[in-house]
Order: sequence, then structure tokens, then C-alpha cells
Amino acid sequence: MKARISYSKLGKIRFTGHRDVARIWERSLRKAEVPVAMSTGFTPRLKMAFGLALPTGAESLVELLDVTFADDSGVGTDEFDEIARRIDTSLPVGMAVTGIRECAPSEASLQEDVVATTWVMAIDASDVGDRIDRINQSNEVWLERERKGETRRDDIRAGILHLGLLAPEHSDVLPSRWLGESRGVVIEAVLTTAGRGIRPTELVEALVPGCEPWNHLTRVLRINQWIERDGERVDVLSARPAHPQVCA
Amino acid sequence: MSSLWSRLEPLLARVRKPARYIGCEDGAASPQHGHGKVAWLLAYPDVYEVGLPNQGLQILYEILNERPDAVAERTYAPWVDLEALMRERGIPLFSVDTHRSADEFDILAFNLSAELVYTNVLNMIDLAGSPVRAADRRPSDPLVIIGGHAAFNPEPMADFIDCAVLGEGEEVIGEITEIVREWKASGRTEGSRQAVLRELSKVPGVYVPSMYEVAYDGDRLVGITPAFSDVPELVTKRTVSDLGQWQYPKRPLAPLTEVVHDRLAVEVFRGCTRGCRFCQAGMITRPVRERPAEQVRTMITEGLKRTGYNEVSLTSLSTADFSGIESVVTSVVPDPTACGAPTVSLPSLRVDAFTVGLAAKVASGRRSGLTFAPEAGTWRLRTVINKLITEEDLYGAVESAFSAGWSRMKLYFLTGLPTETDVDTEGIVELAAGCVSIGKKYTNRASVTVSVGGFVPKAHTPFQWFGQNGVPELRRKIGLVREAAGRAKGVHVKWHDPAATLAEGIASRGDRRVGAVIERVWREGGVFQEWSEFFVLDRWLDAMAAEGLSSDWFVTRHRDENEVFPWHHLSAGLHHDFLWQDWRSALAEAGLEDCRWTPCYDCGVCTGDGLEHIVASPVAPAGGSQGTGQNLALGGSVPISLRPKMVVTS
Repeated sequence: MKARISYSKLGKIRFTGHRDVARIWERSLRKAEVPVAMSTGFTPRLKMAFGLALPTGAESLVELLDVTFADDSGVGTDEFDEIARRIDTSLPVGMAVTGIRECAPSEASLQEDVVATTWVMAIDASDVGDRIDRINQSNEVWLERERKGETRRDDIRAGILHLGLLAPEHSDVLPSRWLGESRGVVIEAVLTTAGRGIRPTELVEALVPGCEPWNHLTRVLRINQWIERDGERVDVLSARPAHPQVCA
Repeated sequence: MSSLWSRLEPLLARVRKPARYIGCEDGAASPQHGHGKVAWLLAYPDVYEVGLPNQGLQILYEILNERPDAVAERTYAPWVDLEALMRERGIPLFSVDTHRSADEFDILAFNLSAELVYTNVLNMIDLAGSPVRAADRRPSDPLVIIGGHAAFNPEPMADFIDCAVLGEGEEVIGEITEIVREWKASGRTEGSRQAVLRELSKVPGVYVPSMYEVAYDGDRLVGITPAFSDVPELVTKRTVSDLGQWQYPKRPLAPLTEVVHDRLAVEVFRGCTRGCRFCQAGMITRPVRERPAEQVRTMITEGLKRTGYNEVSLTSLSTADFSGIESVVTSVVPDPTACGAPTVSLPSLRVDAFTVGLAAKVASGRRSGLTFAPEAGTWRLRTVINKLITEEDLYGAVESAFSAGWSRMKLYFLTGLPTETDVDTEGIVELAAGCVSIGKKYTNRASVTVSVGGFVPKAHTPFQWFGQNGVPELRRKIGLVREAAGRAKGVHVKWHDPAATLAEGIASRGDRRVGAVIERVWREGGVFQEWSEFFVLDRWLDAMAAEGLSSDWFVTRHRDENEVFPWHHLSAGLHHDFLWQDWRSALAEAGLEDCRWTPCYDCGVCTGDGLEHIVASPVAPAGGSQGTGQNLALGGSVPISLRPKMVVTS
């Protein structure tokens, strides 16, 4: 039995990295005494599969992982709420379980399945609104970026699926003090994760050419992750359709 | 009383490993500052990953926070990237618990486990907004206290600290708290700083350098004497008599980011009487005090449950010597609960087959490497340093390890030891090659890595009279080892930079005059001197030259019996006569047995302090020659018949 779990990562803990989060999960599952299956081999590890890495310094409302329960544990979906509660208590301040559902063996891994994620970003720079308009009006946006130690020049325009100022109706999904604590213009973007996906910092470089992104990106929050089902972009955990505007 | 978090937060995404600065660990206290409470900022002068696992700091953090009249937070040295941003913006040193500015604390207490961190201490005092020289501090500045092993020669740091605490801190921190609490209540008026320091100097184990006068005759130190009649002439270390009464840490810190010893640590005993003459830790932490095995089990079970770790390290200076070791290990190992069985790691392995059997019992997964520390290449030199393991012990241990599935061994050696000849130095490679040929019987991948460190004679050891080898001599010896290893298949060599060994000698053997050198090195930008990327020997040598001091005088000179050491007025409980006699015995190549299982030779610690070794077993642990020099049956019981000295029970 495998479960897909979503969790949030907010506040100070956003400064931990992807590897840190994996270790935090390992310890939290043990603290919660969840019967997780072990991998075989020389160094047995808990069977967990994480979704896309969240950049260090970014927050999220929807991080994901798949956890496989031990065969002999007999865990059923009726225990999911209780397990989620136990894990939630064991997670450190700033991380909370937000959802759990059964994950069929046939489902693709999170890394393969997720096609795009929605980001809310506070950018401390002038003319951000104008730059958004210009990007939306252009057919190409070229950017030099590094992948695996190599610098390459890519057109990232096609990967920017949506870009705009934060839609007022979306501000209610944000954590209560988030807007108050974030400096700068708050924007919203849906960025592809397929191929050489686009990172939030790369979008900032496109918006503020020649900048050091973290000098301007005062806060960044992932608010959704999307998969495709029957040609439609749907929410990865609930599989409910995307908000039409965000999906645009 | 405001948090600096809002000013730090925008900087953290721009620096490496920002999780170093956020706190939020499992086990972190929620410190409540308030009127009538003494606020301690416990500082580790190296990066978070190195400092967080430090057990001493965790223990004091917990004990202080349990007191109604104290509150404790933690701080670590900010890495150079964040430090630059902090200085640019005028952000002071801060605690990781509530991100409070260091200047809002009453005490800034440093844990010093090594000497090369001294420049970081100065840097952190400066970042805290306090004058680095104690004499310049105002009543409102925090009291700067140092503790830990390096505090046993605090003289090089004398100008920068208000107090040094010798020995174990569990009890003395309460006494310090009470004195500082009253000082705080009295309003810390102008001039009261001297008065509180005078009070502190009367607390056993607390040394206040400014209450002592230092006399020199030319280059020679001739005396360090109290400036006032109520200040003690000799400051003696503090020792907790029963470890069982101090079940700490109860809430071990489990960090959110990876640290150097990323596992639960449970201290099984303190002190060591194996008597290795080079080992400062073994000399200054006597007597041996074991934790009751039952308490060890409780601490393991509760600690694993609380932290979610699945690995526990049983710590001490020689864990296989713990009387309850087999029963503790067996009770932890076969307990496969959810998420896999916990594993036990045993640092400081003794060199014998029994120990390897123990290690085989606890090792899970890939058996990649096992480490032993023979320390010297020949039996003759091992009798000089009193590391009484025979070749048979080592080969027996290695044979057991290879046959149990390990394929790589690491052997630790010191070079630059007293009486060392090239035969001894080259003997290092001969031993290693012997180990490789044993390994080849079991696996083609058998390899042995030899790790060679330059020896620094430390304070309060029998070798304190020995003049350290200079950089060229250490280089030559390391060269001999490398050359010999080049001819021996399967032997690899790693070595410690002899230049850093010299700087360590200056910092650990110096007197008060060396303080100016440390300050110069720091002002020239010499922080993180334990990190090879930042260490530059010329900074130290230039600073010595600028202060008119000679490293030959402080480091490489042999001392005679009449030498007045910079730590002459400080005591780890060891008689001067014992140390001197042991030094003579070393030169005569005479070993000294472990007094846990043989008659007392009166080193001074137990008698002086009314203490006794607390060992739960009247017989020495099985395996190896156990310092008897006899070739005992490996793994069998040891025919100890001598008067058991210790007490035991519960």
C-alpha cells in the first residue's frame, strides 16, 4: 500500500534544503511510528519518493511525497487520517500534513507526472508590471542559465504558462501573514517543470535582467502542482481541475 | 528585547547553508527571558554543523533552562559569507533560538574543544559588540567565559576572557548563575565588574585571569600569583562524582540540517585511565565514572523515540571499556521496530579482537571502514607513549575485521613523539602493510589508510616537558611514511598539515604573551583556522615576529623539571610528581597499567578530590593484552587478580 501525502513548508524552515527535508521526513516517520517499508540492499532506507525539489528559501503549500507501507503492516485507507495526524505531530514547526490519499501502483511517480507548478512571488524591483506585460506580449524570452555546470542560452517563453500580478481571488490561499511580511510586487506564475523546467529565480532574472535573483526575490511560495489527465491540467493530490484562470 | 530575525531573514537566501541560522531543532528550548534571570549565550566557535552535536553545550543548555533563575540560548560562528553581510549592515552576533542580539545576554560562554578556534572566539566577541579585551569591557558588556578541554591552558586567551572554567560544568554553572544574578540585581554599577569577577574567582574551578599577576625573567615565565589574598593560588578542576545523577541531555537536539555527528549520542562514561601519555583528554577527565547500564539503556530508548534517529553513538574515550557494553549493545540491536532497527556506532574503538566482535554485532549494512588508533609504529614507541597494544592485538583485531566482512581499515598514528626514530616512523607503514596482507586473505579490495598527525604536547600531560617537533622535522617524517607507503601495495597515507600543528603548538603551549599573537592573527582576517582553506601559517609567524616572540621558545624547546608552565597555577588534579615520574618512565620505555584493574599509583585525582573510579566490573574487559603486555587469549576473559579498586552498584 502506497500513500501520496501533501504537506506545507512555511516560515523559518524554508531555509532547509531538499536533502534536509528528506532527512526530516525520515525522522518524523520514525517518531510517528509509521510502518514504512524498507528498501533492500546494503543500506536499507525508508521507501519514500519525493516530488520536485523545492528551492532552498522557497515556501510551499503543496509539497508531495509517496510513502510505501510495509507489506506486513496491514495499513488500510481507513487509518490514513490517524497516520496523517501522527505524522503531523512529529513534523517540525513550519511543516504540516495537508492531505493524504492512496496512490495506485500504476500511477506515475511524482517526478514524472507533475508538469507545472504555480508560484506566488514577492519581487522587490521597479517596473515589474511593465516587464510582465512585455513577457506576455513576446514570443520568445532568452535567458542564460546553468544546468549541470554548463551555461546555456534557452528560450523560456513557452515554459511560462501564466504570468501576472497576484489575482485578488488567490490572495486568500496565502498563509495569513504572508502578504504582510513580503516586500515588493506580488506576482503569480505557472511555470513548466517538464524538460529543463523553469525555476522561480530564472523568472526573476527574466523580469529584472542582469540581477542577482535573491537580492530581489524577497519571498516565494509554491501554491500548486499540476498533472495532466485526459488533456486537462488537474491538481496533483485531489485530481480536481485547475482554476480556469491559473490554468490559462 | 527584539528579535533580529526580520533583519536576518532577507540575507539568508543569499548565503550558503542558511539552515545553520534558523534554530527550530527538535529538543530546542523555548527560552523565556525575564527579570531576575541570568541569560547565558552558549557559544561554539565553529560552524553550526560542527558545534550543534557538542554534548557539553547541549547538557549545559538543558540544565540552565531548567533553572528558574537562568535562561540559555545557543550561538555558533557565522560562516564568512553571512558574517560579511552582518558587518555590512551592523547586525550583531545572534542566538539561533530566538535570534536575540548577543549584547542582551549576561554571559557569553564558549565551549573550546580545540585551540585553533581561538581567533573565532575573538571574532564572535567582536561581533557581539563587546570589546575583545576584557580590560576594556564596561559593566553592561556580557561576561566572557570559556570552558572545555582547551580551557586547561587558558593563558593565551587570558586577555580576552573574564573567566575560565576548569573541568565539568554541570554544577559550577549554577554557582556562577547565582553570583551573576546578584550582580544583575544590584544594577551593575560602574566598577562593579571587578567586584563580581573577584567573587567568581572564589568559586572552585573558576579562574579569573585578571586577578593574577604574571612575572617573567627575560623570556622565562617565573610565576602566576594571585593579586589579592582571597583569590586562590591554585584553581582545581570541577568533577561530577556520579554521572548517574546527571541524566543529560534528556532532550537531545536533533537538527533540521545535516551535522557532523548526525545521530543520537549517549555518553557511557567519563574519564579514562588507560594512561596514554600523549592524551590530554585522558589525563584531565579522570577519574573514570561509568553511567549505570540501565540508565544508558533508558537514554538510548527515549532518545531514539524523541528524535527519530535510528542510530546511536555510545560515546566515551574508549567505549569498549564500558563494563555494560555487551549487554547494552545486545539490548539495542535486536529490536526491529517500525522503520528498521536502530544501529549502534562505537567511536574510539580499542584495538583488539573483542572490540571488533562487538563492532560486527552492531554494524548494519555495508561494512566499509573500521578505524583503529595504534598511534605509534613500534612496540618500543608504544611503551613510551603507554599505548600498550601489541602487534598481536592489532593483527588480531584486523584479522577479525576482515573476516567479518570489512574491507577497509583506517589506522591513526602520531608522529613527532618523544624518542621517535626513523625506525618507529617507518614502522607505521610496516604495520599497515602487515594489515593489508592479512586482508588479502579475505578480499582483493583490502586496503589500509594510514592517517598521520603531528604531535602537540599538551598541558597537564606527562609529555608537557617535551619539545614539539618543528615543521621541517614533521615534514621529513611524513615524507618517510609516504615514501615507504609508495613501496607497500594497498597502503594509503593521509596526513595533517605540519604548519597547522605548529600553530596549534603556539596556541596551546603559549603563555599570556601569546594573546597578542592571537589578536593579530584575527585582525589580519585569520578566522576558521581549523579549516585548511583559511589557515595560513605565515599569519601566525608574522604575528609572533611582530610581538617579538619565538616559536622555538614556546613550541619546540624541551622543558626541564623546574619549568614554570603557564598552567602552573591550574590543576587537573594530577600531581606534578606523578606527571614528572611518568615522563621519566616514558623515556625509560616503561609502561604503566590501567589503575581501574590494578593498584592505584596515586596520580592525585582520586585522592585529591575524595573521588573514586566508578566502574561496574571488577575485572578488565575481555580481549587484547589490556595493557598487561602479556599476550592474552583473544576474546577470552582476562585473568585479573589484582585488588579491584572500585565500587560499583546501581
